Amino acid sequence: MDVYLPIANLAVNGLVIIGLGALTGLLSGMFGVGGGFLTTPLLIFYGVPPTVAAASAASQVTGASVSGAFAHARRGGIDYQMGAVLVAGGVIGTGIGALLFRLLQALGQIDTVINILYVLLLGGIGGLMAHESVAALRAQRLGVPVPARKRRHHPLVASLPLRWRFYRSGLYISPLAPLLLGMATGILTMLMGIGGGFILVPAMLYILGMGASVVVGTSLFQILFVTMATTMMHALTTRAVDIVLASLLLLGSVSGAQIGAQFAQKAKPEQLRLILAIIVLGVAVRMALGLGYRPDEIYTLVPL
Amino acid sequence: MRCAFLLIILVLIGGAREPVLVPEISQHEIQVRQGFTGADLLLFGAILSPEGTRAAQGTDIVVVLEGPARSIVLREKQKVAGIWVNADSTEFRSAPTFFAVAATRPISQIVDDKTAAIYELGLKWLQLSPIGVIDPSEQQRFAAGLVDLMRRQGLYQEDDGAVHTSGDVLYQARISLPSSVQTGTYTAETFAIRNGKVVASAITRVEVKKEGFERFVALNAENNGLIYGLFAVLLSVGMGWLAGRLFALV
Repeated sequence: MDVYLPIANLAVNGLVIIGLGALTGLLSGMFGVGGGFLTTPLLIFYGVPPTVAAASAASQVTGASVSGAFAHARRGGIDYQMGAVLVAGGVIGTGIGALLFRLLQALGQIDTVINILYVLLLGGIGGLMAHESVAALRAQRLGVPVPARKRRHHPLVASLPLRWRFYRSGLYISPLAPLLLGMATGILTMLMGIGGGFILVPAMLYILGMGASVVVGTSLFQILFVTMATTMMHALTTRAVDIVLASLLLLGSVSGAQIGAQFAQKAKPEQLRLILAIIVLGVAVRMALGLGYRPDEIYTLVPL
Repeated sequence: MRCAFLLIILVLIGGAREPVLVPEISQHEIQVRQGFTGADLLLFGAILSPEGTRAAQGTDIVVVLEGPARSIVLREKQKVAGIWVNADSTEFRSAPTFFAVAATRPISQIVDDKTAAIYELGLKWLQLSPIGVIDPSEQQRFAAGLVDLMRRQGLYQEDDGAVHTSGDVLYQARISLPSSVQTGTYTAETFAIRNGKVVASAITRVEVKKEGFERFVALNAENNGLIYGLFAVLLSVGMGWLAGRLFALV
């Protein structure tokens, strides 16, 4: 099924794109991450221009996180106060990200920066997740209970001024901490076309020290709004949102997300996290190799 | 009066040596619509001498199809501190977005380098108008890099045997455009070459344009960013929500 993408200026096989959407949707349903970290590099690999890939992947993440966010909202799993602060930070972050994007594009280093960010972030977080889930699985087999992690926020967070009470998260911390965290994910979303869920969730748990019951819901809430802001930002600045590409990705990912959510209920969470960690590490290694080996084509062209 | 008549005769005789090219193209307009996967253009025509006799004998045909030019930055990756990054770049003011050359036999056998360079017969002779001062060897390296990059995407082509002649009168060449072609006016220039000299040339034009839905999307993305973005957001939220509702029913 050949589909012409009017913004990417390219004909693609529609079924491949839908399948790609379904794959990332499956991941997002199973693990609660956006799946953008897979979509963007795969689209680029398929020949879609990098800017169009990042811009259109953001709207796919929106679609994939909608139903999850609704489900958590019904269960009361969203701390709206915390979510609002994170979203505010995220929107500021997309603005900063847009400026950075332009600057790096003018310097010709946008691709390299995106690749290095991928390697560092995916490598770091994938490694962390793998380490933790392996430890958890081993402890389970031996029958030793996993030592409960003390839920405390990072000392740096405590040193910030101006404290608010976040009742649902069970926190009394400065709103600057989630604001900065939101900004960081906003910048990453704009640059990499990822939702930032796989960064946000561990950060909320280990840096902010939020209660586990509201972490996933609140992160989905934040991702939902920040990816919406990202899509708008791309539509207004880079003008690279390809509505046809986004529709195809959405078609696959929204269905994939539902199926993934059903899988997730049956599987063990430690195993799910190990699988996710392996996928994330795989992408990071592939990207690192891409940076180190001589590329097949060393020239790139940008219209002036 | 007598003088003028003689002059006309002389011009006619002089002109009689030069063949006339009558070029035609299978499509003067290519519409980029949904399902567009590229197009095949047939460039054909006849070479005639003014008396109407066969003229193609000993004449070579070169067809050059050129897309709209644009200014570009070409970046070159180099290994810096163990990773490949964009380290060098150059700017070209007029790099064609599409360039295809077809000929009856290898161009180096048809004309000398000077003629080839004047008429841009071949990818080697592209006139890219580099911006700023760069030394010729560097310029050549970048030009070769551009040609290599564009060839891989099927946007630059050079085919030595793609022009077929029949009966010493007709010629035809098939050039395929990939789906990633830019919209705009394409010019197809046909050259008749005899003994290393261009004896006749003629130009035809092809218009490549987006039509219907594709045109609508491209225009709105460019001019109505706000509404376009809002629509994209609504679409993604709507589809996510709908999928949630549908699967809840199952």
